[in-house]
Amino acid sequence: MSINPHIRIDHVSKVFHTAERDVVALQDIVLDIPRGQFVCLLGPSGCGKSTLLNAIAGFAPPSSGQIVADGKVVLEPGPERGMVFQEYALFPWMTVEDNVAFGLEIKGMAKAEIAATVARLLHMLSLHDFRQRYPKDLSGGMRQRVAIARVLALDSPVMLMDEPFGALDALTRRNLQDELLRIWAELKKTIIFVTHSIEEAIYLADRIVVMTYRPGTVKRDLLVELARPRDPADPAFNDLKRELGMLVMEEQQRHHNDELRMAAVD
Amino acid sequence: MAKSRSTWKEAAVGMVVPAVAIAIWQMVAMNGWVNPQVLPAPLAVVEKWIAYLLPLQPYDAGQGGWLAWAVSGELIHDALGSMYRVGVGFAIGAGLALPLGLLMGASPRVYAWMNPLVQLLRPIPPIAYIPLSILWFGLGNPPAVFLISLGAFFPVLMNTIAGVRQVDGIYIRAARNLGASGTTLFLRVMLPAAVPYILSGVRIGIGTAFIVVIVSEMIAVNNGLGFRILEAREYFWSDKIIAGMITIGLLGLAIDVAMNRLNNYLLRWHRGLEH
Repeated sequence: MSINPHIRIDHVSKVFHTAERDVVALQDIVLDIPRGQFVCLLGPSGCGKSTLLNAIAGFAPPSSGQIVADGKVVLEPGPERGMVFQEYALFPWMTVEDNVAFGLEIKGMAKAEIAATVARLLHMLSLHDFRQRYPKDLSGGMRQRVAIARVLALDSPVMLMDEPFGALDALTRRNLQDELLRIWAELKKTIIFVTHSIEEAIYLADRIVVMTYRPGTVKRDLLVELARPRDPADPAFNDLKRELGMLVMEEQQRHHNDELRMAAVD
Repeated sequence: MAKSRSTWKEAAVGMVVPAVAIAIWQMVAMNGWVNPQVLPAPLAVVEKWIAYLLPLQPYDAGQGGWLAWAVSGELIHDALGSMYRVGVGFAIGAGLALPLGLLMGASPRVYAWMNPLVQLLRPIPPIAYIPLSILWFGLGNPPAVFLISLGAFFPVLMNTIAGVRQVDGIYIRAARNLGASGTTLFLRVMLPAAVPYILSGVRIGIGTAFIVVIVSEMIAVNNGLGFRILEAREYFWSDKIIAGMITIGLLGLAIDVAMNRLNNYLLRWHRGLEH
């Protein structure tokens, strides 16, 4: 364990109680995330990676253990840990610039300062020409840019991203991945990024945490040593992809078997 | 060019069936197949409608301005009376329903307290309150406004409750993540997210108010469109009855168009709206 991690996930477990049974979504997760690290949580659906992210965000507290961010125990959601959701979660009744400004207005920032910050972020994410539009008039990629700008406006040291590019086509996805890496390099944020795409994890992350299917535990925690910018056609990239692919497929198989068993019970 | 031509064509096609229906009606009347007191000729109705619209007295410069004279006709007086009652009644009904609905939607405790009473009262049609309203308020505008408020109250209430309760959780999560809580969360996230529901309640409420105003004028008031068509029946003026009904239809259409415009403006952010 490092001495002063940005985020410390300290023996976190999470149990969901349903009518039929208890589901152990997370079991005794221990992770220290240093400041400025880009971490990908990788695993098949049902492995608890989104549950872990929601716990870090403060939406759903762990059943046992605790999460410490910047030395403080996380008890509720807040702008210090900005979240980008897969389904964008933009406020559809606000224009692009109002969405980005919302968090700043809540902070009580002065009007002129808000306008300047919003303008800067809209330029940064190439959204300036769309500032008066409503989310319904934007493509998925554009919406996710707005969601990223909205979180960046808070200037939170931590960015939590829950499969943010999962719903996008391959080209838009690559485009936004590059944009995110550029922003990360410039702003030095700690990013925790949930994905089930092995290639996406290798392309983006400093460190990949592979999680097991129920109960969610850490199966492998590895550092990606490839130089940036990374090339998915590079042999070293592919070696890592193959290695991670086997790990993830083992868990995917367990997920599949579990589904078959459940179907048999029904 | 092509677009305006096709709209003209569409309008022309749309006029065919009404034109044929009126032609048959006129033919039936001209041939004397039915008693004109039962079904007057369309031209007689139009004539009556114009007479109903125009001022009763000839223009007299000494008696107020030209505009006052132009709107002194019975129809305009009746229409304004009806619209006034709809306006006041709707404002009271919706004005009470909106805050109560927001409260009931947002607070499970208020909901638990109020919902049984609401469910008990809601199925009673406003019309069923007529005897009680006359007993309480006598005759004239007060019972009519009371009935109209009732008619507007429940649709707005029910839709506001549903709107607030069905706000997508993702918006609330996103807002809390951005630091919103309490009043800010309510006013800037939950309320706007509920607006589509609230507006459809407003629309139903205005429709109900417009039905109730006609009925209440037949019972409790001495003017207004509802009163006028019932009065015309006493004299067997079927042409005037139909002229009054046409006016009611035109006003209803106007309200609907206005609501549509308001809806489109307030929900310009909402997906799935045709512009």
